Amino acid sequence: MPFKKTLPKTPLGFIAIILLGMYQVALAQPGQKPVYGDAIITGSIGDASNLIPMLSSDATSHEIAGLIYNGLVKYDKDLNLVGDLADSWTIENDGKTITFHLKHGVKWQDGQPFTSADVLFGYKTIIDPKTPTAYAGDFLEVEKAEAPDPYTFRVTYKEPFAPALSSWGDIVVLPRHLLQGKDITKSPLSRHPVGLGPYRLKLWKTQERIELVANNDYFDGRPYLNGYIMRIIPDPATMFMELKAGGLDWMSLSPIQYQRQTDTPFFKKNFKKYKYLSFSYTYLGYNLNHPFFKDKRVRQAISYAIDKEEIIRGVLLGLGVEATGPYKPDAWFYNPNVKRYPYDPRRAKKLLADSGWRDTDGDGILDKDGIPFSFTVLTNQGNPLRDKTAQIIQYRLGQIGIKMDIRQLEWTAFINDFIDKRRFEAVILGWTLGQDPDIYDIWHSSKTGPKQLNFIGYKNPEVDRLLVLGRRTFDREKRRQIYFKIQEILAEDQPYTFLYVPMALPIIHARFHGIKPAPAGISYNFIRWWVPKNEQKYMMP
Amino acid sequence: MEVLGRSGKKQGKKRPFSFFLSLLTNPLALSGSIIVIFLFVVAILAPVIAPYNPQAIDTYHILEPPSRLHWFGTDSLGRDCLSRLIYGSRISLLVGFVAVGIATAVGTVLGALAGFYGKWVDTIVMRFVDIMLCFPSIFLIMAVIAFLEPSIWNIMAVIGLTSWMGVARLVRAEFLSLRKRDFVLAARISGASNMRIVFNEILPNAVAPIIVSATLGVGGAILTESALSFLGIGVQPPTPSWGNMLTEGKDNLEIAWWLSVYPGLAILITVLGYNLLGEGLRDALDPRKKG
Amino acid sequence: MNMDFLIWTTKRALALIPTFIGITLISFFVMHLAPGEPMSLQADFNPKMTPEMRQRLRAQYGLDKPIYVQYAKWFKGLMQLDLGRSFSPDRRKVWDKIKERLPVTILINVLSMALIIIVSIPLGVRAAVRQNSLFDQVTTVLVFVAYAAPAFWVALLLMLYFGIELNWLPVSGLHTLMGYEQMDTWHKVLDWGRHLVLPVFVSAIGGLAGFSRYTRSSMLEVLRQDFITTARAKGLPERTVIYRHALRNALLPLITILGLSIPGLIGGSVIFESIFAIPGVGQLMWSSVMARDYPVLMGNLVIVSVLTLLGNLLADLGYAVVDPRIRTGLREEE
Repeated sequence: MPFKKTLPKTPLGFIAIILLGMYQVALAQPGQKPVYGDAIITGSIGDASNLIPMLSSDATSHEIAGLIYNGLVKYDKDLNLVGDLADSWTIENDGKTITFHLKHGVKWQDGQPFTSADVLFGYKTIIDPKTPTAYAGDFLEVEKAEAPDPYTFRVTYKEPFAPALSSWGDIVVLPRHLLQGKDITKSPLSRHPVGLGPYRLKLWKTQERIELVANNDYFDGRPYLNGYIMRIIPDPATMFMELKAGGLDWMSLSPIQYQRQTDTPFFKKNFKKYKYLSFSYTYLGYNLNHPFFKDKRVRQAISYAIDKEEIIRGVLLGLGVEATGPYKPDAWFYNPNVKRYPYDPRRAKKLLADSGWRDTDGDGILDKDGIPFSFTVLTNQGNPLRDKTAQIIQYRLGQIGIKMDIRQLEWTAFINDFIDKRRFEAVILGWTLGQDPDIYDIWHSSKTGPKQLNFIGYKNPEVDRLLVLGRRTFDREKRRQIYFKIQEILAEDQPYTFLYVPMALPIIHARFHGIKPAPAGISYNFIRWWVPKNEQKYMMP
Repeated sequence: MEVLGRSGKKQGKKRPFSFFLSLLTNPLALSGSIIVIFLFVVAILAPVIAPYNPQAIDTYHILEPPSRLHWFGTDSLGRDCLSRLIYGSRISLLVGFVAVGIATAVGTVLGALAGFYGKWVDTIVMRFVDIMLCFPSIFLIMAVIAFLEPSIWNIMAVIGLTSWMGVARLVRAEFLSLRKRDFVLAARISGASNMRIVFNEILPNAVAPIIVSATLGVGGAILTESALSFLGIGVQPPTPSWGNMLTEGKDNLEIAWWLSVYPGLAILITVLGYNLLGEGLRDALDPRKKG
Repeated sequence: MNMDFLIWTTKRALALIPTFIGITLISFFVMHLAPGEPMSLQADFNPKMTPEMRQRLRAQYGLDKPIYVQYAKWFKGLMQLDLGRSFSPDRRKVWDKIKERLPVTILINVLSMALIIIVSIPLGVRAAVRQNSLFDQVTTVLVFVAYAAPAFWVALLLMLYFGIELNWLPVSGLHTLMGYEQMDTWHKVLDWGRHLVLPVFVSAIGGLAGFSRYTRSSMLEVLRQDFITTARAKGLPERTVIYRHALRNALLPLITILGLSIPGLIGGSVIFESIFAIPGVGQLMWSSVMARDYPVLMGNLVIVSVLTLLGNLLADLGYAVVDPRIRTGLREEE
C-alpha cells in the first residue's frame, strides 16, 4: 500500500489517518481471501455419454469425468508434469521403469481407501481386449506392472518409452472394489461414477443437465465452488441467449460471438473473455486408398487451391492461425520451417494437369479417363466452424474444376459407420493435441486397422522409423530434431491438408475470481476459483 | 352463372373470357396475380437481375448489414443476400409447383375414382384419406426423408404425396354431385363409355375447384419446404433456399436481423400471393356468389 | 349416460380399428424405403445407408424375413408398446423416450387449442355479425397474413423482440434452472407459464387464423337461416339471437374442424419445440431424424398418429354430446 505511514502530531490527524486507512481497506478488492460457496453453470452442446473415462471419447464425457477422477500425474499451469495422486516418482533402468509413490489417505467418494491396487486394476482393464477403449495404445507398451505395496506402483516398459510418464492420467485409475470381476461396459459407474476427485456427481438428467457437488474430502483441498452444473443446450445461439439472460456462467464463444456480440457495456461489466490457442487443429483428411487421392500431387494441388488465410478470416474471424502440420505453433517441438502451401490456384491446376486431370469435355469439371473429379467430404453435424470451412473449400475447389459435395453426419454414426469402416473419400475433422509430441497412433502404418486412428491409411517407412525413434528418445533436443523431420515429411506428403489451429474463446461471468490465464489455458486451477460472498448467486447444499 | 346446357362442353368456349373478366375485377385475385406474376419474372430472370453470384464467398464482407454494395446485406460467408433471395425463389417455385402437381394428380385420380364409382371403392379411398389425415404431415415427411436422404426431388415428391387428401375430397364431392346430373345421364344414354363421361363431361366442370385448391396448395407446399429446409432436412446449403437462409438467420439472430427478416418476408409475400389468388379464384368461380 | 350413447361410442371406437391398422401399415411401408445394396466400388466409399445400419435395421425389424412375418412382429410389438431400442448410444427403450416427452407436447397443444378457441370464436362471431365492417376487413387481412407467415419465422421475430430486446420472456426450456426445486407451487406454475407463453402463442397462430375464419363462415351460414329470421321477427333481443340461437348451431361443425386441426397442431410442435428447446415429441422427432435413429422416429410416428386418432375420437364424442341428433341415429351424409 503506497501510503506513507508517518505518525501525525495531532489527534485529528490521527483520526484522519485511521479513517483513510479504513477507506483504503474498503477500496481494496472485497474479499481478497477466497471464500466457499456458489456454483458455476456451464453450457455444452452435447450430452456426455459415459462417465468412465476410458470408455468414452467425446469431449463432454471427459470434461465431467475429469472433475470426478484423478490421475497419477497432471500438467501444471506451465505445462510441466507434476504429481496428482502420485507424490513423487523415480525413473530407472534406462528410463524403462517408473516407480510412483502414491499419496496416503486418499479416499474414494464412497469412503474406501485409494491404493496402488486401483491403478493396477485400471491398467489391466485398459489393456484388456474386451474393454472397448480408444486409449489402450500407450499402455500396450508396458511389459510389467506391479503394486508391491498399497502406496507404490511400479511399471516397466518393453523399451524406453518417452510418453510413458504423461500417460498415467485419470484414464487409468479406477475403483477396483466396485469394478473387479464385473463387466465394465455394463457397470452403473458409467452413469453414477464413484471417483476421488474434487467433485461428485449429484444428478444427471439426460439431455438436460449434469450436476456435480464439491467433494468435501478431496485430498487436495475442497474446491471453493460448491457446485458445477453443465446444461445441455444443443444450439449455440440459444446458449448465448442463456448466457445473457443469466442462465449460464461459462461457455465457449464462437468467433462471431467473441468479435461482434460481446463488446457491449453489459458484457464488459458482467463477463470476462479470454482467448488462447486451443489444443487442437482442424484438417482436411484424404482416404489414401481412394484412386483420386493416392497421388501426392493431387493432394498438394488441393492444398494450393485452398486459401487458408481466407478460411481463418472468414470462419475464425482472424481468431486462429494456420496449421502447417500436426502441432500447435507454440509447442517446443513445432517446426516453423516446413514446406508451405500459399494460395496458388494456377499452381494447383498445373499439378492436377501433370497427374492427368484436365477438363476435356468443357463442363467445368476436371476429368481423367472419363471420370469427373467429384468427391464428397464428410464432416460432423452441429459444428458451424467445420461447416463453413467446408463451404469455403467447396467454393475454391469449384473454381479450379473440382466438384466437392458436403455431407454432415451425426457424430456416432460418423465414427462408427464411416470412419471406422474406412468408408469415406475425404473428411474435415480435428484432433485434440496432447502435451507430448508422440503421434504414433495417428501416423504409424501399423495403426491402419479398423477402429484405429490412422484411418486415412498413411504408410511412410521413414516416418514410421522416426515415430518409433521419437518414442524411445528421452533427450529433449534429440527428440525435437526427430519430430522436426517428421513434420517436414508430412508437409511434403500432405496426407492431410492442415487447415488451422483455432483459438479457444471462453467467456466467464465476472463474479468468478481466481482465473489466471497461463500456457495451460484457464481451467487448470478450476478448483481454486471462487466468488466473493456478496456476489454469490446460487445456494447449493 | 350460365345454366349448364345439354353438354358441359359448349360452355367451355364462353367461360374463359368471362372468367378472366371476373378475375380482374376481384381485388383479391388481382393483387394475388400481380404478386405471382412478379415472382415468376424474378425467378426466370434470376441470372440477369441478381447482382452477384449467389454462391460467391467473400470473407472481407462477412455479416454486413444492408449497404449500397449489398442491398440486403451479406451472410456469414460474405455471400450477397439479395442474389440468394432471388435464386431462392426458383427453388420455392419449383418445389411449390412440382409438389402441388403431384398432389393434384394423385388427389384427382383417387377422388374421381371414389366419387364416380361410389360404394366400396369410395369407402376404401375415403378410409385411406382418413388414415393419411391421422399423420401430422411433417412427421411423415421427416420419417420418409430420414430413410431416403434429403434431395430436392425427394422433398418435392414427399410433400406431394402427403398433401393430396384435400384435393381428393374435393374432387370426390364434385363427382358425387355431378354424376347424377342430367347431362351425364344424357351422355350415358347416348352410349358414351365411362372414360369419356369422366373426361368430357364431369372433369371440365370439376376443374374449377381443383384449380383453386392447387393454387392454395402452392402456398402450403412452399411453407412446408421452407420449414424442412429451416430444420436442416430440406434443401441443403450452399444451394440457397429461403428456408435454409432462415437457419442462418436464427444462428445469427442478434447481429444479422436482415438474414431473418428478408427471407421470411419473401416467403410471406409469396404464400400470400398464392393464397390471395386462390381465394380470388374461388370467389370468381363460385356459382352462389353470382346473382 | 344412456345406452344409446354408449352403443354409439363403442361403434365409433370400433370403426377406428381399421384406421389404426392402416396407420401401422403405412408406417410399416415407410420403413421399407431404405435403399438397397450399393452398386459399385465408388459408391462403397460413400453409400447413403451403410451396411451396418441396414444390418441393425434388419436385426431390429426382422427385415430379412417374409413380409407378413415382419408385419406381424411389428404389430405385436406395437400392441405391447414394445417399439424396440434406440440406435443412439444410450440404447434406451423407444417407448421410454417417447413416454417422458409426450406430456409436454400434449400440454402445449392443449393450451394452444384452448387459446385458439378462446380467441377465435369471439373474433369470428364479431366478424360475422358485422360483416364487411372495418373490423371484419381488418381481421380478414390479418388472417391472410397469419396464414402466409411461416411459423418458425414468427417465432424468431418474437424471440428477438420479447426475449432479447425487452427481456420479458425466457427463450428456452420449460422452467428456470436454478432454484426451481425451492420454489413453492404457485411460483412454479408462474415460471412454467412464463416459459410457455411464446411456444403456445407460436403454436396457435395458424390455428387462430383458420379457426376464426371457419367460425365466421359457419356463423354467416347460420345467420342466413330461417329460424334466425323467425327469432328476430319474434322480437327477441339481438344478443339472444346471436348467442343463444345462432352460435350454438354454428359451433357444431367447428368441433369437427377442431378435430381435423389436431394433426396440424402436433406437426407444428416439431418446429417450435426445436426452436424453443422444449423437450417434447416434436423435438424428439427432429433429433432422431438428424441422428438417423430409426426405431425412435418410427415409434414416434406411430404414437403421434394414434394420438391424433384418439383426438378425433374425442372430437366426435364432443360433437355427439352437443348435437342430440347424432345420438339418436339421425345423421347427415357428409
